[in-house]
Amino acid sequence: MSVASRKTLGAALTVLTGAAAALVVAMLAVILVDVFRGGAGRVSWEFLTSSPEEGMTAGGIFPAIYGTAVMTLIMTVAVMPVGVLTAVYLHEYAAPSSRMAALVRVAVTNLAGVPSIVFGLFGLGFFIQFVGGALDHALSPPGELHYGRPALLWAALTLAVLTLPVVIVATEEALRAVPREHRDASLALGATRSQTLARVVLPQALPGILTGAILAVARGAGEVAPLLFTGVAYFLPELPGSVWSQFMHLGYHVYVLATQSPDVEATRPLLYATVFVLLALTFALNLVAIAIRTRTRRKAAAGH
Amino acid sequence: MTSIPQHASAAPKMETRGLEIRYGPKAAVKGVSLTLPERQVTALIGPSGCGKSTFLRALNRMNDLIPGASASGEILLDGRSIYAGHLDAVELRRRVGMVFQKSNPFPKSIFENVAYGLRIGGLSDKRELGERIERSLHSAALWDEVKDRLGESAMGLSGGQQQRLCIARALAVEPEVLLMDEPASALDPIATAKIEDLIHELKARYTIAIVTHNMQQAARVSDQTAFFYMGELVEVGPTEQIFTTPREQRTEDYVTGKFG
Repeated sequence: MSVASRKTLGAALTVLTGAAAALVVAMLAVILVDVFRGGAGRVSWEFLTSSPEEGMTAGGIFPAIYGTAVMTLIMTVAVMPVGVLTAVYLHEYAAPSSRMAALVRVAVTNLAGVPSIVFGLFGLGFFIQFVGGALDHALSPPGELHYGRPALLWAALTLAVLTLPVVIVATEEALRAVPREHRDASLALGATRSQTLARVVLPQALPGILTGAILAVARGAGEVAPLLFTGVAYFLPELPGSVWSQFMHLGYHVYVLATQSPDVEATRPLLYATVFVLLALTFALNLVAIAIRTRTRRKAAAGH
Repeated sequence: MTSIPQHASAAPKMETRGLEIRYGPKAAVKGVSLTLPERQVTALIGPSGCGKSTFLRALNRMNDLIPGASASGEILLDGRSIYAGHLDAVELRRRVGMVFQKSNPFPKSIFENVAYGLRIGGLSDKRELGERIERSLHSAALWDEVKDRLGESAMGLSGGQQQRLCIARALAVEPEVLLMDEPASALDPIATAKIEDLIHELKARYTIAIVTHNMQQAARVSDQTAFFYMGELVEVGPTEQIFTTPREQRTEDYVTGKFG
């Protein structure tokens, strides 16, 4: 190949890779600008705090914000202990050659690859029909369904299963980052393994574990498909009264507004505003979580 | 080279008999029988990979933590096997403390670093903690440098200070034996001298075993020197004799710098 053609190829590659990178930025910019222009002006205190009205062509989205927040919170409370304990087992207790640990790792990897709609079916079959059905059989009057119905709790637990791999992988990564020297120092001072874990390893791994929580929340708050089977409602005039109630959800509300409205023109500003709120909420959540993580990390590095 | 008076009559504090340590099929320590006399400093010298660190780590069962490591033969503390039922590894490590090659303070305050071993032992009384931490920092010759900033992070200390903090942390649980794995190899000459002075002071109260690559250091700090080569204990004797009139040719070659 001649020098000239090599130079041409080099220049072409530079342009091509640069264009691909620019395209990514451009797409994000288009989304943000479009959503901001269409939605920001429509968001008001009233919009955030009132219920949808007149067949969703007016009113606000408070029940959807509330439902999303509560569902995400329950999901986090459910997924963190199980995920962290699993990672601790894998990294701290299982022998490197353990077949049980290998099996768990295969399960985690495959769990992460399951399409989210399948998690919805799983939630319906396992949580609602099997667990809920068993609860009804034991606790409810014959013929009545109290637990074996779509509900806030079942939706949150289904998403907890979906986000489990995220938490496990992040926590294991965080545990791996704790220097061996610190474990040795603790053990050489006569600490047991559990004392070492509680006083040295977990405090140092905390920023990484919080990262796992952030990723789980970001993933869980944005999922809609599993909720279709497990608890989300098209429209509810009232907030969910307990974890056994159905709930509204921002992501699903976007879908409803976009496809089910009797008057598309009247709904459009609401749709834009809802998407704007969903994005703002996700960003805000991430910012808060990143701030917590940075503070924890700085504190951990500086000592207490 | 300074001449250190020998206490040949000192009672054996720790003793190994035919100790063999394997990593999988490979023997890292082969049939080593060695006595650590009470309140004396024993230096373990030898080229890299000769098994001296492995031997040291066997004395408080830190090798147990390495997958595939196994030990046979006897290790005695005050004449009783450290593998016997009366003593588990956790209890043993409180009696046989360790200082590592790389200083490894926890990312906590100076105070909490020294308090660590006491807290896990169940001590929570503020006043007693404070007293014992002050005493340990005095023993490690660090008190004057840190007394005004006990609440600050240990990570802000210099390398030499960090290593003395690790020594203070090990002393706080009041062990009987102190194992030191090349405690000064990562330090500058001034910090090294401080650690060596410290070892001189500590041997009045503790039985010490120190692994070192530095021949002058072994000569300066120890009463007894053991030369390891290829997993075997080649020769052990009073430090002065090992460095002036070794019985074995291999020992002479090593201490005179012909290989290493």
